[in-house]
Amino acid sequence: MENTSKKSDDIRLMKGNEALAEAAIRADMDAYFGYPITPQSEVLEYLEREVPIRHGLVLQAESEVAAINMVYGAAGAGARVWTSSSSPGISLMQEGISYIAAAQLPCLLVNVVRGGPGLGTIQPSQGDYFQSTKGGGHGDYRLIVLAPASVQEMADFVFDAFRLAEKYRNPAMILSDGALGQMMEKVILPEEGSLPKTPAPWATTGKKKGKEQNVITSLYMQPEEMEHINLFMQEKYKSMQCEVRYEEIQTEDAEMLLVAFGLSSRICQKTVDLAREKGIKVGLLRPITLYPYPSERLKELANQVEFMLTVEMNAGQMVEDVRLAVEGKVPVHFIGRMGGMLLSPEDILHKIESIHEARNADNIQEKLK
Amino acid sequence: MNEKLYLEDEESFGFHPEVTYEQVYCKPDTLTDVPFHYCPGCGHSVVHKVLMEVVDELGIQEETIGVAPVGCSVFAYNYMNIDMQEAAHGRASAVATGIKRVLPDKYVFSYQGDGDLAAIGTAETIHTVNRGENILMIFVNNGIYGMTGGQMAPTSLIGQVTSTSPYGREAAQVGNPIKIADMLCLLPGAYYVTRQAVHTPNYVRKLKKAFIKAFEYQKLKKGTCFVEVVSNCPSGWKMTPVETIKYLDEKMIPMYPLGDIKVPKN
Repeated sequence: MENTSKKSDDIRLMKGNEALAEAAIRADMDAYFGYPITPQSEVLEYLEREVPIRHGLVLQAESEVAAINMVYGAAGAGARVWTSSSSPGISLMQEGISYIAAAQLPCLLVNVVRGGPGLGTIQPSQGDYFQSTKGGGHGDYRLIVLAPASVQEMADFVFDAFRLAEKYRNPAMILSDGALGQMMEKVILPEEGSLPKTPAPWATTGKKKGKEQNVITSLYMQPEEMEHINLFMQEKYKSMQCEVRYEEIQTEDAEMLLVAFGLSSRICQKTVDLAREKGIKVGLLRPITLYPYPSERLKELANQVEFMLTVEMNAGQMVEDVRLAVEGKVPVHFIGRMGGMLLSPEDILHKIESIHEARNADNIQEKLK
Repeated sequence: MNEKLYLEDEESFGFHPEVTYEQVYCKPDTLTDVPFHYCPGCGHSVVHKVLMEVVDELGIQEETIGVAPVGCSVFAYNYMNIDMQEAAHGRASAVATGIKRVLPDKYVFSYQGDGDLAAIGTAETIHTVNRGENILMIFVNNGIYGMTGGQMAPTSLIGQVTSTSPYGREAAQVGNPIKIADMLCLLPGAYYVTRQAVHTPNYVRKLKKAFIKAFEYQKLKKGTCFVEVVSNCPSGWKMTPVETIKYLDEKMIPMYPLGDIKVPKN
């Protein structure tokens, strides 16, 4: 997957949530429907401030349930539409997201993840990895999932997500977290109007004379027909493999590999530096697309490294995909924290060293036998 | 509609060539050729037909987008020959809001039953009207969940026996029938609120007038039009169609009186 947006010469210091909203306006959004929830309320606030004096449409809905169904309606009418929320709100939207995926409508969803389960906390988390990458609502469907690791990417991925959503007629999600949403960084804003609209002849804009009616639905009472639709969708998901995107840091000579996405990957970059200073050859693979997942590259790297360590702000979710990818070729370890707590680069380094020492001890035991 | 037809095959039909016939009715292009799946005697097909006649007569087939609900009328788009979207249960007015907001110059209507609009979708119903969305909300109230097999609805009458109120609806247990149109007319966003029926030819004519008004009002962009249709459910009520008409007159209409509830102030 290539970068979609073109850089403008507009450089600002912005919160991740604001960069997201500004990028959406620049991506010629037609509409946004949302509901306030911490830690992403700045998105709605920014849009309510900017959209009336620029272009597009913003509406504060009565609930996340209503918001996602407004997204469905507007997407079905051919609009470039999006919503954002945080974990509990995204849970409320799951029914609508399933309908949108089933009706094969393009839209952008943003989850600025907070710690859970339940009402949880307003602090950052990556606890919604399963929900985002495995479907989330009912039925067999997938979202295109992009994981930014900086405020810059919060802006850039808006363009990528809209483009991919329209290309595949599938909802695309930006899986962020409370820290990325709230923190301020330098961002080079994308150039306005650099994302052409994809024609939507299937949209319900009024039946044209002599043409068949357009119907947006996900209801198929005949099992043969329903299976046919499902098979088509599965083929579509397979075809998305070409969009896989990841970043590698010092993997060329790596003997140990860290695998982390989003904010965790930022922390891991520092761990790589610390480890290298000590002469430990650690590399990092950062999946940028969480769906489709860079399984093939991980499988290749499994031939090179002694072990992999997955680092996440949850109880161990992506680690399952890493294990599936490497097919048991190398051990895949996990370290994580939950509830809004972050790992330090040193915590991760310590874990690498302890795994390394345990492996050495095992090797000696083997040789003594 | 008034073109004279000369029937040529006079022998086989016993017609006389000197007699001219006037066509007084034909199925509008806004209705597809798909036969209605509704149970015999059900009001839905009449509401569909009247609605599509109005869309045809106003010449707005190309400008109208409908939203189908979850309920017996889930397949409305199979019969209505216009662009349509199928909404999740209860969410038709939110979907209609999404459509109308991005296509403000089109005619948008939602079509829902009582379980859909007045139970699971209550929040969407109230807030759509409260925002004064410039859409037509059609509410077919037959006091029962028809598609799932005759369960109690928010609008079921006190004492009404259904599969989930086998001893009759009890207010102390599940509350009273909800008169949603009367609630909605209190909201400033409601521009036109009316309650109609379809079980006599006269009621059908009045419903048609209400639909015409609602579409004409939509053009003014002054708020939500809400048309409730008190209807029947022979299968769910366990009655013959004729018995349902008696039940409508004697039980349903006294609870849900017909007529305009809120009309635009001139």
